[in-house]
Amino acid sequence: MSTLALHLHDRVVVERDHLSEVMAYLSSKGYQVIGPTVREQAIIYDTLSSLDDLPVGYTDEQDGGSYRLKPRRDRALFGYAVGPQSWKKFLHPPSVRLWQAYRTDTGFRIAEDQQETPKFAFIGVRSCELHAIAIQDRVFLQHNDPIYRERRAHLCIIAVNCAQAGGTCFCVSMQTGPKAESGFDLALTEILDEQQHYFVVEVGSELGIEILNAVPYREANQDDIERAENVLANTAAQMGRSMDTTDIKNLLYRNLDHPRWENVASRCLSCTNCTMVCPTCFCTTVEDMTDLAGTRAERWRRWDSCFTMDFSYIVGGSVRSSTKARYRQWMTHKLASWIDQFGTSGCVGCGRCITWCPVGIDITEEVRAIRETPMSSPADL
Amino acid sequence: MQTLETILAQHPFFKGLDARYMSLITGCASNVRYKADEYFFHEGEAAERFYMLREGRVALETHGPQHREIVIETIEAGEALGWSWLFPPYRWHFSARALQDVRAIALDGVCLRTKGAQDHDLGYELAMRVARILMERLQSTRLQLLDLYEAEGRRVIYE
Amino acid sequence: MSETLGNPMLPALYRVLRVHREIPDTFTLELEPGDGAVIPSFSCGQFNMLYVYGVGEIPISISGNPAQPIPLVHTTRAVGVVSQAMRELKPGNVIGVRGPFGSSWPVELANGKDVVIVAGGIGLAPLRSVMYQIMAQRERYGRVALLYGTRTPSDILYRRELENWRSHFDLEVFVTVDRATGSWRGSVGVVTRLIPHAPFDPLNAIAFVCGPEIMMRFTAAELQKRGVAPERLYVSMERNMKCAVGLCGHCQFGPYFVCRDGPVFRYKDVQNWLLKGEM
Repeated sequence: MSTLALHLHDRVVVERDHLSEVMAYLSSKGYQVIGPTVREQAIIYDTLSSLDDLPVGYTDEQDGGSYRLKPRRDRALFGYAVGPQSWKKFLHPPSVRLWQAYRTDTGFRIAEDQQETPKFAFIGVRSCELHAIAIQDRVFLQHNDPIYRERRAHLCIIAVNCAQAGGTCFCVSMQTGPKAESGFDLALTEILDEQQHYFVVEVGSELGIEILNAVPYREANQDDIERAENVLANTAAQMGRSMDTTDIKNLLYRNLDHPRWENVASRCLSCTNCTMVCPTCFCTTVEDMTDLAGTRAERWRRWDSCFTMDFSYIVGGSVRSSTKARYRQWMTHKLASWIDQFGTSGCVGCGRCITWCPVGIDITEEVRAIRETPMSSPADL
Repeated sequence: MQTLETILAQHPFFKGLDARYMSLITGCASNVRYKADEYFFHEGEAAERFYMLREGRVALETHGPQHREIVIETIEAGEALGWSWLFPPYRWHFSARALQDVRAIALDGVCLRTKGAQDHDLGYELAMRVARILMERLQSTRLQLLDLYEAEGRRVIYE
Repeated sequence: MSETLGNPMLPALYRVLRVHREIPDTFTLELEPGDGAVIPSFSCGQFNMLYVYGVGEIPISISGNPAQPIPLVHTTRAVGVVSQAMRELKPGNVIGVRGPFGSSWPVELANGKDVVIVAGGIGLAPLRSVMYQIMAQRERYGRVALLYGTRTPSDILYRRELENWRSHFDLEVFVTVDRATGSWRGSVGVVTRLIPHAPFDPLNAIAFVCGPEIMMRFTAAELQKRGVAPERLYVSMERNMKCAVGLCGHCQFGPYFVCRDGPVFRYKDVQNWLLKGEM
């Protein structure tokens, strides 16, 4: 353990094996450590009990509608891009019971559920995911959602700078990466070659300093820092996709009747995969249910998707009954109206929607198609 | 006491029509009154007049099954009644019944058609105004057909 | 806002005072706060989420008088599982209430102006609150005209009140039906037909419109044709609502969350979205 006083943005070096002491420290402080792990041939996020749970020896190959795990020759801990799950699984849980109601002699009474608020430590959060969390912060904290707020308040984030881009990534276009800039407690860059395996660690918060003070580290020298920067430069040059976001809000608002929507609708299955894997999609539904005897009722909140047929249902029918209308809703919300609603784009360029679309619909291609043949003049809208 | 011409000129149908045409048209005009439930005309009769309603409401009807009269639409004060006088075979397609005491100005159809044929500018003005009424009525009829309020639902549906 | 300090998803418990059948399929619910529930206050145009135990929850516009918030009044159609269950409630039954939510009709903007209110079908229910508010301070406004269209004479909602309003010398009430039945001697035709000759000055009027979306579009077009500016025209939108607090995403309409940015909107702000289909 070093006796150097650490400050924000300081960079140190932690040896690969000492990363397990980071995990141990977090566990000792009551954190549930969550990170990437292999499950059913994909890299998902779940509880880690040790470094061994990380997908060592795996990498992923991603393209439109395709995801495969492949073996890697080296022993990198973070040698892959993002998988089908995102951290919203923990911060904005897929199903939550809100309250229970009990029949009484005079009617019924309602008992609010005390939400258990686990303390999470996320290990392996990529820059695009940091942005996604920040985006969801704006959505939920704007509305003071107590469930998100509690989980977010106790969160520890160990970010990882990507050493390779995924096949469908476009964080450079969305200005959300590959370098983790803020929103983390510690940010790791994995340095691995025949001789060495260590992490250049950037301090992001007081908690980050506290964690580092519990493990062996040394100050990072110029060579370490350069190697870390090279890793990132390499990644930035490898982007699998790109998106021109110039004036994208108006581009989409002005082209709501573009023939491309029909085109994409003919391919879209409205399977809702994209909304499930997207790290910023936040739509939920409220379900009221009761037991058979009617003595107890419950209200649940569950993830929902704007692609479902009854998402927009009102008396008389669904407002968006065609696949075209629903695809258009999703994409214009993500890239355009989100800006009006929350001040930023809703897309972080993680590429998940491209990878996990069973027919490989590519949001960057759809934008390109509309941009290349815009329908109406700037005078409209 | 207002003249027939002044009264006619004030009717919304003639809004903006040149004064010299007003006097031409007044030559075809006469004051009429109908009591509640009196008929202006019946379906199938010769369509010889064009009515500018000043006061009161008129129902456009047709025969239904079992001798019932079905009201298709009502024409209100300030509106114009009838256009079958303009097109052959010059027969009324509906009946028109006063729902209240109605005061109107009747314009003779033959008189109007003749004057319109002699002065095409006048003919144009008349035709454009009638076309406008047709457009508005068609639009309203289409909305009526949509049965807007029924879509609000009497079926059992999932909420 | 009723008691939901901190958790807007928790209903407050109210009791049913009265369930009154209006026209076929339409009923009015009158509620009072249960023990411990805060006395509500609402503005015209807002809505509550009403929860029937074990069945579900739906959004319903408030149609009572904002100056007299108890009883809390809602008129709605029994067209689905929840509303049908609601119609079967009895006085004394407990019902969950969350709200009020949403934006309101800007009646204060009508000071010194003529007011034209156009209601279609069940759209008259949320507009009734506006009528109450206007009548309570009648001297503030110019001419006031209510244009109401519905399907048939037996679908005329709040008949007695309409007749009462009509008897006021300083209110004009016009009622029309799409389809005449029986001995109806009133107007027959769509409600937009009443606009060209309605008594108001379009250059100094404010319009409040509520009804099926198609009706609101055509009404707005007709009002604009007569010279009412889209900045002075207000509509009330309806979308699927689950949370009512702008979080579940269901009620989105273009960039707007109808539960939070609406349901009352200035026509100018939603014109482009309304004219596009399937938004």
